[in-house]
Amino acid sequence: MRFVNLLKIALRALNNNKLRCFLTMLGIIIGVASVITMLAIGQGSKNSIKAQISEMGSNMLMIFPGSGQRGGVRQSADDMQTLKVEDYEVIRDNAKFVSAISPQVSSAGQFVNGNNNYPSQLSGITPDYLNIRKLNVDEGEMFSDHDIATAAKVCVVGRTVVNELFPNGENPLGKVIRFNKIPLTIVGVLEEKGTNSMGQDQDDVVLAPYTTVMKRVLAIDYIQGLFASALNENLSDEASDEITQLLRANHKLKDEAEDDFQIRSQQELSEMMSSTSDMMTVLLACIAGISLLVGGIGIMNIMYVSVTERTREIGLRMAIGARGIDILSQFLIEAIIISVTGGIIGILVGVLASWLVNVIMQWPVYIQAYSVLLSFVVCTVTGVFFGWYPARKAANLDPIEAIRYE
Amino acid sequence: MSERDIIVIDRIRRNFVVGDETVKALRGVSFRIKEGEFVTIMGTSGSGKSTLLNILGCLDTPTSGEYLLDGISVQKMSKNQRAIVRNRKIGFVFQNYNLLPKTTSLDNVELPLLYNSAFNAKERRERAIKALDAVGLHERLYHKSNQMSGGQQQRVAIARALVNDPVIILADEATGNLDTRTSFSILTLFQELHARGRTIIFVTHNPELADYSSRNIVLRDGKIVSDTINEHPASAKTAYDALPKEND
Repeated sequence: MRFVNLLKIALRALNNNKLRCFLTMLGIIIGVASVITMLAIGQGSKNSIKAQISEMGSNMLMIFPGSGQRGGVRQSADDMQTLKVEDYEVIRDNAKFVSAISPQVSSAGQFVNGNNNYPSQLSGITPDYLNIRKLNVDEGEMFSDHDIATAAKVCVVGRTVVNELFPNGENPLGKVIRFNKIPLTIVGVLEEKGTNSMGQDQDDVVLAPYTTVMKRVLAIDYIQGLFASALNENLSDEASDEITQLLRANHKLKDEAEDDFQIRSQQELSEMMSSTSDMMTVLLACIAGISLLVGGIGIMNIMYVSVTERTREIGLRMAIGARGIDILSQFLIEAIIISVTGGIIGILVGVLASWLVNVIMQWPVYIQAYSVLLSFVVCTVTGVFFGWYPARKAANLDPIEAIRYE
Repeated sequence: MSERDIIVIDRIRRNFVVGDETVKALRGVSFRIKEGEFVTIMGTSGSGKSTLLNILGCLDTPTSGEYLLDGISVQKMSKNQRAIVRNRKIGFVFQNYNLLPKTTSLDNVELPLLYNSAFNAKERRERAIKALDAVGLHERLYHKSNQMSGGQQQRVAIARALVNDPVIILADEATGNLDTRTSFSILTLFQELHARGRTIIFVTHNPELADYSSRNIVLRDGKIVSDTINEHPASAKTAYDALPKEND
């Protein structure tokens, strides 16, 4: 029996029942369309989170003092003074997988310009910090290494701070603002970055040489943390290991001793955040999958009714020479045609719906090739799976009884 | 008339087990049918004629006895082999036509050839047109089955039975659903096919039809009670012409 003939037979049979055929397809169409749309929305939000994180510097490593936990008591990282400026210098001079590194010391407090004041955070860093955090100086310029060496009283401010301290739109460059009575000359303004995915205003910052903050503001001899950049995203594990070794050697830690610092990578953060959105995606896909299942059961239901309704036709086909396998194939092909056609229409509807969600609700969507492929495969499998039982029932009919069935 | 036996059945028995009772539908039926015969098989309901037809049509197998169709022993065949025999050697005509609904005459007639991979689309079409010509429906090739009268539908069904060039045509009460006039026109068609050398078995409970066949076998309670050759069958065409014409 040639497959082409069976296909022809199945197509003719479907053609005789266009409305029912379409209604059956509807279940599959809705199922597939919702799977595609849900996955597109899930993936879209995941991608936008990823993009925001990598905007913050995807290969960024953060090194904090302390092991986080000691003797069962969790200690505040601020109280620990294990990281020194020498640690920074060692990593800067020796690490091969680290492209940029900056120490970080910070102090929160009130910034004052005349009669305007604004609470913000003063971060003491090196110019490398800009590369690590993907920041740019918009107006003016970054302070120099010379400013660091001399602990110069200069700062670079974020746009939010500028707006708060200079509400009349004056040019902040060259102006002196005060932080804890220490005058700082504004030498540059950072390019606007907006809020990040966690709702933090990334423009609410004031950057100064770390030496200035250490000596003039906090009067400390340790640093509160280090920001580093791995050469690229894939090397952040290597960079992390390298820093660990350098710091352990520098701190003269014995082999069995715990690290007195901890390294966090942006990758971890990114993984954590995308695992949340992954869970959402799985949840959405589950709901959509259930609707696909319901669609499949719809196919089975209709195929069953169809077999009963067409008992005489099946009997006739057998009488004129159709074998069981021919009848089985015919009904299976009918089920597969319904599910595959429904799947293709569903994919189109899903793509259209994703696009509408993007245009009307402004949600980020991203349709992955795999989700389209997956839906298509699931549809075909659904067709075979749910078409099989009714088809077998048809094939096992007794032609003598079937042909005289009323 | 050739002497080739198309059908040889020898002491055919068929028992059905219903619950714990055994119903003997056929109790040893034997006959031979030669090529070119037009045989009517008669009997009241319960006589076993349907069971006999099912066996002759390879839809069913006898409990015991021998059945040779065109020289091939059928009763040992598997279901699939019998399906192929039905497809290649038998043409069925049923009481209720059994055409596919909403399907054109051509597609209906082509159906048996779709289950035979020896034919391509062009050959199928040619044969179907030829078969429809033979039953006088060459002007209704593209009419759908639900747009035709009972007589026309039965003609399509006969064309479908002819299309695979079978060794035998099995008709099951083929005129049972038709009015007298149409019955005679269908009967005329059967006689024409017979005249062209077709072997036909016509199963019916209507005793009048025996006059129009070349041989009549009567069954009662699963046994043959008479098997008579009709040397001079009446012409269905004459009977048809003699019927009062419908004036409305």
